Amino acid sequence: MTLHTPSRRQLLVTGGALFAWSYLPRFAHAADGRDPRFVVMILRGALDGLAAVAPISDPAYQALHGQQALSASGDKPALPLDNFFALHPAMPNFARLYGLRQAAVVHATTTAYRQRSHFDGQDVLESGYRLPGKTDSGWLNRALEQLPKGERIAVKGKGLAVGASTPLILRGGASVTGWAPSTLPAVQDDLEQRLLALYRERDSGLASALEQGVAIEKVAQREAGSMRPVGGNVIEAMRIPARGAAKLIAANDGPRFAALAFDGWDTHVNEGGTTGRLAQLLAGLDGAIEEFEKGLGDSWKNTVVAVVTEFGRTARINGTAGTDHGTGTVAFLAGGALNGGRVIADWPGLRDADLFEGRDLKATTDLRGVMKGLLADHLGLGATVLGERVFPESQDVKPMKGLIV
Amino acid sequence: MTASINAQMALVALNRFGLGARGGNSGDLANAAADPRGFVKAELASPRTALLEGPNLRPTEDLFAELYGLLRQRREALAQAKQIANQTAPNTQASDASPSPTPPASPQPPRPNVNIVQDRFQADALARIQRAHAPACGFVERLVGFWSNHFCISAIKGPGVRITAGAFEREAIRPHVLGSFADMVKAVEQHPTMLAYLDNAVSVGPNSRAGQNRRRGLNENLARETLELHTLGVDGGYTQADVTALARIITGWTIVGPPGQLGRPGTFAFNKNAHEPGPQVLLGKTYADEGVVQGEKALNDLARHPSAARFIATKFARHFVADQPPPALVEKLTKVFRDSDGNLKALSLALIDDDTAWSAPLTKMRSPYDFIIAASRMVARGPGQPQRYLGSLRLMGAPLWQPPGPNGFADTNAAWATPNGMKTRLDIAGQIAKRLGNLTDPEEALDAVAGEAASAETRQAIGRAESREQAMALVVMSPEFQRR
Repeated sequence: MTLHTPSRRQLLVTGGALFAWSYLPRFAHAADGRDPRFVVMILRGALDGLAAVAPISDPAYQALHGQQALSASGDKPALPLDNFFALHPAMPNFARLYGLRQAAVVHATTTAYRQRSHFDGQDVLESGYRLPGKTDSGWLNRALEQLPKGERIAVKGKGLAVGASTPLILRGGASVTGWAPSTLPAVQDDLEQRLLALYRERDSGLASALEQGVAIEKVAQREAGSMRPVGGNVIEAMRIPARGAAKLIAANDGPRFAALAFDGWDTHVNEGGTTGRLAQLLAGLDGAIEEFEKGLGDSWKNTVVAVVTEFGRTARINGTAGTDHGTGTVAFLAGGALNGGRVIADWPGLRDADLFEGRDLKATTDLRGVMKGLLADHLGLGATVLGERVFPESQDVKPMKGLIV
Repeated sequence: MTASINAQMALVALNRFGLGARGGNSGDLANAAADPRGFVKAELASPRTALLEGPNLRPTEDLFAELYGLLRQRREALAQAKQIANQTAPNTQASDASPSPTPPASPQPPRPNVNIVQDRFQADALARIQRAHAPACGFVERLVGFWSNHFCISAIKGPGVRITAGAFEREAIRPHVLGSFADMVKAVEQHPTMLAYLDNAVSVGPNSRAGQNRRRGLNENLARETLELHTLGVDGGYTQADVTALARIITGWTIVGPPGQLGRPGTFAFNKNAHEPGPQVLLGKTYADEGVVQGEKALNDLARHPSAARFIATKFARHFVADQPPPALVEKLTKVFRDSDGNLKALSLALIDDDTAWSAPLTKMRSPYDFIIAASRMVARGPGQPQRYLGSLRLMGAPLWQPPGPNGFADTNAAWATPNGMKTRLDIAGQIAKRLGNLTDPEEALDAVAGEAASAETRQAIGRAESREQAMALVVMSPEFQRR
């Protein structure tokens, strides 16, 4: 996050605009006049891909997931995606988008990381490097830096970091603005105004920062109702940041890239099946995607949301009705710009011999190729830039084709 | 000097160098005004000032021992649960839709008390926060904060780092903030918490006995950050070959595990079996393989390297004076660091004695930690519990002992004076004012923290506030309180 410190005169000129740099031309993508939005949601803790999108026709699946396995029948039947895969019943909104060809699943995928530390796995997922330990900048920030300069885009704050601190994926040289749904009671407008008046007299740097902070908060909260989740409601707690972020990237002069992170996916104990802990989290995720669809309105057609996690979990249920750290998992893609309605998978199978190190779903699709495909076709980044700068040392990982309409 | 110049100097002493004036009858502002430099230097008299001890504060080895015990309990519980699950497994294999009439009790292991990790973390956090309320100036606590961020660890790494996060600061940082830089480097790089955080505990020399037997190999993480972040700086003139050489040199630097083969569990150990044999060339100098001494000699040379002097001097001046510190000040501090062989008390004294350090305008922002501590000192109320402080720090994007990466929290205005940062700070100020607004007179509070140095505009805004609560929020958000 960087502070933009315009002179007092500039501030007066830009007046009530959301971002002080809004005099810059709008993000306009090439000649087709599209104004694309790109959102990345990070699920920290490692999502159980086999529980979220179940290969219900794989003969080995039911035995591996036992009581927790999804099924096409029963009380809460899984939502069929094709003849082989079915979606967790907690995600009806995603299933609806899938039917509209505005959602897709990539299965048996992960990054280049093959160990099982959350910490390192998240570093690799977000930094875009092959190995852990690089925490200076993230791939989404470097993608922002690489956007075509000729169109005078991405000059200031075109990235939105949702949360108290900027996640690694959005850290780096390109300036990013931050917003976090406030969990504290808001102060009175009157106090805000008095303080701003004092800052304008005494400290233009603080005036500019607070002015923008107040403006951002107002847009994020517009028509959003209360931003405070009702006591421990996981689903609402995940919808709220998405709701605010959607308002901000929908704004004419708002950012165009956003990154959010959701914790809690490390389901070692009592993961649950069609109901339970993971089901709650998936319902929250489904809600967050719906918030973006609703909040973006017309701009949804120019939007892609990618949901990624650091790695998968063991194919077998462990001794405490959960799963342990694994390898291959799913990525969810949604958005009006997506060429969806498909599960993209080079399915490795689930027999003992098929499993990675005898325990995990093997990863047959490099997640970097999926992200590169989105950045190439949605945002117009070239293969060289993607292979050298955005995802360093990944020239051998080809951008996946045909993901965008 | 006129009263207002004295007041301005007092503000520099308390805000730039310290943690802000304490309210009540502390007299901090008047004392600082009477002798600004003496006020800051007073804390440097005894090197023990920085130490932190207490009945609830345990040494690292005890904390690791506790954690090992927890993990053993958990393993046993899991094994037990697995056994139960296996006994009932035949009933659960059926995958047809009809549920069995009496489903077996789901295998629930007795939950180990994982809260111990959080309890120990919070005990250390509380002690640190309480300590910050004690001194008149708080310069030494600021030094602790500076060095702790320079040699940061992050509690997010896992329970081992979390449970010992405070102990690391007590054992590796505090004893040396007025001592020798080389001693601090050695204490840090040999501390179990750092060895866990930057993975050196699992680094194995490829040609060591362990490397020949197992698949594990070299991990360069700690070696790289030692060069890049701890000593020479990224432009300090080292190559990838130097990183690899240092990584090999410090192979075998590890933490004693639960069996205690190498010493007391949870302490630093040199594991000869994992140490890469043979001499190594680092920055053009050959270090013979003398076991642990090979690494100690290498660190000693790194701590005395000219690049380290410049790197530390620049960072020190940036922290205390300005994002772009006066070049002459950086030169002076570099020379003092070099000439004194990295004596950190000499470095601090040189900073306090420099005129530009007092005359440079107060353009830096208080960090989130310094902000909430200053607010709480202002109302002269130390905490009984740390949770509210820790929650506020999290909301401001600066959770205690949990920076986003090994480079620590950013130390520039740009990092904290963000739109989101200022809005959150205001919301937190609102909470502080709500709790305390009616207990303290806002104008007295302003007099206590800024006195004559308060601007007419700030004074007026506070005087015209519609309530004491609103006025208190304005005091803690005023430029005089936010800037340092």
